[in-house]
Amino acid sequence: MHPAFSVIFFTVASGAGYGLFIMLTLALPTLNLDAHTALMIGIAALVLVTLGLISSVGHLANPKNAWRAFSRFRTSWLSREGVFAIVFYAPALIFLYGLYAAGDTPASLVFNVWWSLVSTVLFILALVTLFSTGMIYACLKTIRLWHTPLVPANYVAMALSSGVIVFLALSAWLGQTPSFGQINIALIIVSIALLLKWTYYFWAGRPQEATRSTINTATSFSRATVRLLDVGYTSGNFLTDEFGYQMSAHRIRSLRFVVLVLAFIVPIILLITLFANSSAPVTMTTATVAAVSAILGTFIERWLFFAEANHVVNLYHGRQSA
Amino acid sequence: MRLGLVIDLDTCVGCNACAVACKQWNTSGTTGPLTDYNPYGKDPSGVWFNRIRHYEVDDYPHNKTVHFPMSCMHCEDADCVTVCPTGASYKRPEDGIVLVDQDKCMGCNYCAWACPYGARELDREDGVMKKCTLCIDRIYDEQLPEEERQPACVLTCPAHARFFGDFDDPDSQVSQLSRERSGQKLMPELGYNPVNTYLPPRQTPHVEQHEVEADIPLRTKVKDWVNRAINR
Repeated sequence: MHPAFSVIFFTVASGAGYGLFIMLTLALPTLNLDAHTALMIGIAALVLVTLGLISSVGHLANPKNAWRAFSRFRTSWLSREGVFAIVFYAPALIFLYGLYAAGDTPASLVFNVWWSLVSTVLFILALVTLFSTGMIYACLKTIRLWHTPLVPANYVAMALSSGVIVFLALSAWLGQTPSFGQINIALIIVSIALLLKWTYYFWAGRPQEATRSTINTATSFSRATVRLLDVGYTSGNFLTDEFGYQMSAHRIRSLRFVVLVLAFIVPIILLITLFANSSAPVTMTTATVAAVSAILGTFIERWLFFAEANHVVNLYHGRQSA
Repeated sequence: MRLGLVIDLDTCVGCNACAVACKQWNTSGTTGPLTDYNPYGKDPSGVWFNRIRHYEVDDYPHNKTVHFPMSCMHCEDADCVTVCPTGASYKRPEDGIVLVDQDKCMGCNYCAWACPYGARELDREDGVMKKCTLCIDRIYDEQLPEEERQPACVLTCPAHARFFGDFDDPDSQVSQLSRERSGQKLMPELGYNPVNTYLPPRQTPHVEQHEVEADIPLRTKVKDWVNRAINR
């Protein structure tokens, strides 16, 4: 599949944004974050989500009809994602206003029933939006590497993991040195995300099941070898531009390794070093490097997610299996 | 009604006349234009509803060249319709034709991702998805003589390799042909239930072939030739 930058940026940026919001709703009652820091992180999260959504409109060929995308909520995951993403703004803005209004007394928020309700709705909507983003890809039967429950699981896990690392970096920048408790939670979340992504890569590299599509099922000649003689066109077209992207197996394997290292292993190691020395300047540098590494790793992961996906239409262009 | 095409892979000669007729009719029809990019340049490209690819099936000496025209299969379980977020893609309940409402399409490409057959192509000029309409502006046009109320590709095919009809009617030509010639659907494992059906090439008697004998000395060849010439 053609890796479109606007879609990659959208999923990475808004994923980290939703992850930050989820961390905020979790951190506020349990970890006693001060309201000013929380508000700043919340605004950063909203900016990330909004930039992502604006970017997602960038890949539309006819953006003036984008508003219609909310109309097929009952059947289309893309429509569901759009609706959830917009509905999300209501609790998000109330949440941020609450932080602003609370000023120096965040404790008053935590014991407010309405506040807790808004916080819970925000938490659920962020998760549901992330899940819908994953399902946009997972519901396609035409791309074997996407048609698995591991895809939405990975989208949610990577949003949480990039979110929690950026959360630590931002709070360090805002003068609030993360506690050991926060670092512990971050380590657990990043490790789970690593495990899920590794499971996905392990599954993707397995020998294929018997039901997969081949050039034989694509052409209905199931009892003989089939070879492409000619595609019938002399230059590329929409189908080759959109689906024809090819990568060598070696390059895919090395990029998968880079993803696991940058997005998870480097941040995990950096976070562990914080247990030894958690003075403010060290924490700030370490958490920032971890965040940059995690975001870069997530970018490469998302790029690879598209680049290595083999659409079945490629069978008609000569590939033997998809 | 379940309208669709039967394509006879035995008689298709891969001449591309169906694709050209399709382009000619539809570029000026209700879903047109089928935009061309750089039509007179080095790499001409553009939107087509119908594309013909060529395959070699089996190995020598049993190999056969098969020409493979493909357009929208008007699937019964068309994922391109269910994934569409705007409702631009729809399947007509009365005859099963899958269409795109160009006034609603936002050009997100998602339906093309969902289509296993490469039947949908984005028109980069108009910014909307375009696809085979089964010549909906021909088949219901009562101004046309009845025998011409067929898709342009079917009418033009010089090898009579294309047939149009209702698959729900067991006595229609398309139903009979798919029955008698064991019509095949493409990628049935994906569960889209395509309507268009492909007739596999007929079994032809195997032609005996002899290897050319190599390495016969020139002297023997001349002798053999002289002997044959003298006998005559």
